[in-house]
Amino acid sequence: MLKEIIQPENLAYKKTELMTDTVLSYCPGCGHGTIHRLMMDVIEELDAWEDTIGVAPVGCSVLAYEFMNVDMQQAAHGRAPAVATGIKRCWPDKLVFTYQGDGDLAAIGTAETIHAINRGENIVIVFVNNGIYGMTGGQMAPTTLPNMKSSTSPYGRDVDMMGAPLKITELISQLPGAYYVTRQAVHTPAHVRKTKKAIKKAFQNQIDKKGGVSFVEVVSNCNSGWKMTPVQSNEWMVDNMFPFYPLGDIKVDGELVTK
Amino acid sequence: MGELKLMKGNEAVAEAAIRVGTDAYFGYPITPQSEIIEYLMAEKPHERTGMVVLQAESEVAAINMVYGAAGAGKKVMTSSSSPGISLKQEGISYMAGAELPCVLVNVVRGGPGLGTIQPSQADYFQSVKGGGHGDYKMIVLAPASVQEMYDFVETSYDLAFQYRTPVLILTDGVIGQMMEKVEVSEQKPRWTDEEIAKNTPWATFGKKKDRERNIITSLDLDSARMEQHNHHLMRKYEEIKEKEVRFEKINCEDADYLLVAYGSSARISQKAIDLCAEKGIKVGLLRPITLFPFPEKEINEMADKVKGILSVEMNAGQMVEDILLAVKGKVPVEHFGRMGGIIHSPQEVVEALEQKIIGG
Amino acid sequence: MAKIKGAIVVDVERCKGCEVCVGACPTNVIGMADNVNGKGYHFAYMADADACIGCTNCAIVCPDGVITVYKKKMTA
Repeated sequence: MLKEIIQPENLAYKKTELMTDTVLSYCPGCGHGTIHRLMMDVIEELDAWEDTIGVAPVGCSVLAYEFMNVDMQQAAHGRAPAVATGIKRCWPDKLVFTYQGDGDLAAIGTAETIHAINRGENIVIVFVNNGIYGMTGGQMAPTTLPNMKSSTSPYGRDVDMMGAPLKITELISQLPGAYYVTRQAVHTPAHVRKTKKAIKKAFQNQIDKKGGVSFVEVVSNCNSGWKMTPVQSNEWMVDNMFPFYPLGDIKVDGELVTK
Repeated sequence: MGELKLMKGNEAVAEAAIRVGTDAYFGYPITPQSEIIEYLMAEKPHERTGMVVLQAESEVAAINMVYGAAGAGKKVMTSSSSPGISLKQEGISYMAGAELPCVLVNVVRGGPGLGTIQPSQADYFQSVKGGGHGDYKMIVLAPASVQEMYDFVETSYDLAFQYRTPVLILTDGVIGQMMEKVEVSEQKPRWTDEEIAKNTPWATFGKKKDRERNIITSLDLDSARMEQHNHHLMRKYEEIKEKEVRFEKINCEDADYLLVAYGSSARISQKAIDLCAEKGIKVGLLRPITLFPFPEKEINEMADKVKGILSVEMNAGQMVEDILLAVKGKVPVEHFGRMGGIIHSPQEVVEALEQKIIGG
Repeated sequence: MAKIKGAIVVDVERCKGCEVCVGACPTNVIGMADNVNGKGYHFAYMADADACIGCTNCAIVCPDGVITVYKKKMTA
């Protein structure tokens, strides 16, 4: 019976070949792998893989170029939007994206993020927000929630000392150069499908030269940094991250979404 | 003879950038080199050649735009002055590690810190010893005239792409700001997409179906492979040391004493050796044109012929250390130089030679 | 009546045992093996093969892309 079903003509889903066969360096259950695959799915569906150049950040996804089977550059910490600017200005007809975490994009790279968006660079920025520095061992990020514990806020983030978590996505949505700004997640099949649509819209905007950055935030888990099982971390994310970082479109076609 | 123009050194760099077919310039204003980006913006190179000129939000962003464009196979450059070059060091280290070609210009001002906007040669160490983190070098060219400011742009691109390395034009506020006659070259077209594919097959401009993806990175978490990469870089620098040393010798044939100086300091030293000749002292000048690779062999050979060597630099004594290494103790080597943006006079150089070398 | 039957193939050696697929399955097909793979992870497998409808939910939430899904319309 199973043999009858498992036949090439019955194939319903298989990982895209734009993901390499290299084993992902991410922890079990980490959303990075899902987001990588969605991006490569989209590039494949848009038949754009010969014209795509990606920029990997510093952080857990520093090795994104090992997994995404397109031309890739690895940028210095926080500088991916500047690197992408350099590529896109010289190759305006190519598809250029950055893939960045919250430490990279919202702390050390805040200036590059804001100015690339303010210039309206016609690029896609995928921003993975898990509220922590994963790669370096779970330190506090600009997006770490109030009272949330990390290795550099072992008693919880004290907002009197460290300030409130930075809602960089809402912040950049105010800039005229931001054309499409959305916040998504990938912890359930329904959310995965919505995120894929968002990523596809972002790349389609770039192809159509809509004039501005398409910015997709994905709120994700960090079970190692949060010290939970993968499934627990997804539940914790729903209960704690989503109230502070609500999902949904923030700006569509250059217009802020009013709720 | 080509067309002659009267230009500032900074303008010559900018005009050369356009005429040699630069694809992009990314910069950030800082005295005394802002004329480079100002000239480029005014010239509308986008209309002349299709060249991109962009004012970045910082030196840090500018060098990373250079990284991106260079990694995508383009001829790209940036310029700054000392504090701004310090900010760019991270990006330069990444480019050296990822083996990306680019042209950098440092119009040096006095330091440390914010220092002064007046000329200096105090960035010698930073330029020739690496500058940023990790084991690397870059080729450093030191122009001594506005014509060389112009000519060295193309030379730098040639070297940058031949060796896949950043190349630095190390100059200062004197050369950057002074006006001289320049013979400019004919406009060269920028590389076509086909030429880019041929000249930079390693670059990221889209993975065609017939090749593996290209990756621009300086990272390798495997220490054994990383050491191999370091060895590869060291072999490249050895080849550069073997093949690319450039220098100029003036009145060295029967000299009793030798001045070693580069850039604007070499111009002053040239006047100083004339003053010495009037006094009956036979002094030669060796002007390194490449500071890395350093003309160590030639200086070592000169040490067999002269009684002493004076390193003349607008700093506290930096190149003198490389001269000492080259001379290997054969003859006395001393340093003379002013700092803080003060330019020494030829008479001061002669006095220093008399006191530190001839009388010493 | 035609019935959709599905099946999944797990790349056992690449599975990291995160269990995200387990909760994503609407028909409770997936379980975690008692055995471990070469990396020491309890890997996902079809514990209730008959229940699979080939919806692909497990495959699209799998962070490591280790699940391939097949689907066939059964006429019997």
